[in-house]
Amino acid sequence: MSSLSLAVRDSNTMLRRNLLHARRYPSLTLNLLLTPIMLLLLFVYIFGDVMSAGIGGADRADYIAYIVPGILMLTIGGTTVGTAVSISMDMTEGIIARFRTMAIHRGSVLIGHVIGSVLQSIMSVVFVGAVALAIGFRSTDAMILEWILAIGLLTLVALALTWIAVGMGLVSPNAEAASNNAMPLILLPLLSSAFIPVDTMPGWFQPFAEYQPFTPAIETLRGLLLGTEIGNNGWLVIGWCLVLAVLGYLWSSSVFNRDQK
Amino acid sequence: MPSPVMPTSKRANGKDGTAAVSAVGLRKSYGERLVLDGIDLRIPAGSVFALLGPNGAGKTTAVKILSTLITADAGDLRVGGHDLAADPQAVRAAIGVTGQFSAVDGLITGEENMLLMADLHHLSRAEGRRSAAELLERFDLTDAAKKPASTYSGGMKRRLDLAMTLVGGPRIIFLDEPTTGLDPRSRHNMWGIIRGLVSDGVTVFLTTQYLEEADELADRIAVLNDGRIAAEGSAEELKRLIPGGHIRLRFTDPATYQSAAFALREVTRDDEALALQIPSGGSQRELRSILDWLDSADIEADELTVHTPDLDDVFFALTGPANIPNQTKEDVR
Repeated sequence: MSSLSLAVRDSNTMLRRNLLHARRYPSLTLNLLLTPIMLLLLFVYIFGDVMSAGIGGADRADYIAYIVPGILMLTIGGTTVGTAVSISMDMTEGIIARFRTMAIHRGSVLIGHVIGSVLQSIMSVVFVGAVALAIGFRSTDAMILEWILAIGLLTLVALALTWIAVGMGLVSPNAEAASNNAMPLILLPLLSSAFIPVDTMPGWFQPFAEYQPFTPAIETLRGLLLGTEIGNNGWLVIGWCLVLAVLGYLWSSSVFNRDQK
Repeated sequence: MPSPVMPTSKRANGKDGTAAVSAVGLRKSYGERLVLDGIDLRIPAGSVFALLGPNGAGKTTAVKILSTLITADAGDLRVGGHDLAADPQAVRAAIGVTGQFSAVDGLITGEENMLLMADLHHLSRAEGRRSAAELLERFDLTDAAKKPASTYSGGMKRRLDLAMTLVGGPRIIFLDEPTTGLDPRSRHNMWGIIRGLVSDGVTVFLTTQYLEEADELADRIAVLNDGRIAAEGSAEELKRLIPGGHIRLRFTDPATYQSAAFALREVTRDDEALALQIPSGGSQRELRSILDWLDSADIEADELTVHTPDLDDVFFALTGPANIPNQTKEDVR
């Protein structure tokens, strides 16, 4: 069997294993969905009136439109925290040692996790998106092309963050440590333009907020769904995603292939 | 760094072409701690080899290296005819490994675990199902096949673990302490299973800290102590290595015991049990001379037993704290 078809076949087997885990034990996935949904409802219904005034909008509907792209990105961040946790738990399982002694494609264990996690991210985004629609979010500007680009963008972000999360999970000795190590993935969206525009933040903080990966991702998604200015954010987010994905992949692979104690 | 090649008895046993596992000068250290200090192993195909040693002797490290989990620092290592360093993937295709800690996926069922293995061995769907069902049946797991593996008892997990190892029909199997933590019944079941594998011509490399287990199962036994092979041979050969045999005299009357102990002098005393041990290989001639000696000294014990050396004696003699020379070697390093 050629090494490519071996890689595809074994990764597919590992993907099925991870999807089986997710299906059997959906509680972790569902728990991770709670955070973005709670934040969405909290910001819209509790803080919504003040916040909408803050962004210069007329009412709460304007604020729903403003925060949904950020909430969707935060959903991906949250799902990838789950990836870090499940990777670290999986690595403590004896079966990983068994996989290492089998003549299978070396990377398939991680690739299976990554594809499974990206699919889970997309499903979570769809779920949170449905909640957003239910409370009144409407995409004012997106046609077919924009929708396709938006889904592509969400997938790319999910892929990049998942590879980073896999690395974080691999270096964590247990689930608690993994959850802590992956915290930036869910904290960074709070320090982006998800909830308030960057130019309303303190001046010293603006450069960080503006160029960290989540802000260009959110601004690009906002532009695709709502027709706001995307500017160079599109290129920024693609650049960030490629860099993070490649770094995450190299990091994860080197940690995974290291000698085990 | 290449280790010196040992001119040992490898040629002598004349089976050069058929070693399933061979190691020459295997070394491994973790930082400052030397775990394996140049061990040599040669396991003929189709035989059972037991690596015996106390906890921390390096047994698991040896298995992890030979099963490609970790890399050795030095040594010429071949498994299934493939060089471990050059072609680990070919080695992996030839072996099956059941580690010390259960290598089953607890979140999915026993059957799903088996089918996962079948998929990873690239068996066709039908073939995979057949092989899974057969092995589950053989290991008495059919009733539990649809339950999550995390709900299995220790013995069931070990059986599932071994069943998973056998998917794809590996010709060389590593079993790291296969019966540790099992109750006596499960242990005997496991022994039966291992004997079954051997009768199919599979080479088995097992580690154990139970002498009885090595004695029961293994064609050859190596005693690993402090990172070195302290002795190697069949159970019988090992027993012969150690002059552990003795004659035990037991007395009921303390006064008789005291006078006998005084008269015999060169014996090991057990004041608690009122027993004396006289070293002896257990041959008829030796026995007669001891009896004559006892008669001439006018000693009459209430009970006389002849104790022949067993693997316990070998083990304690080779791995006990009395065996200090290894320590000095370590210091020289």
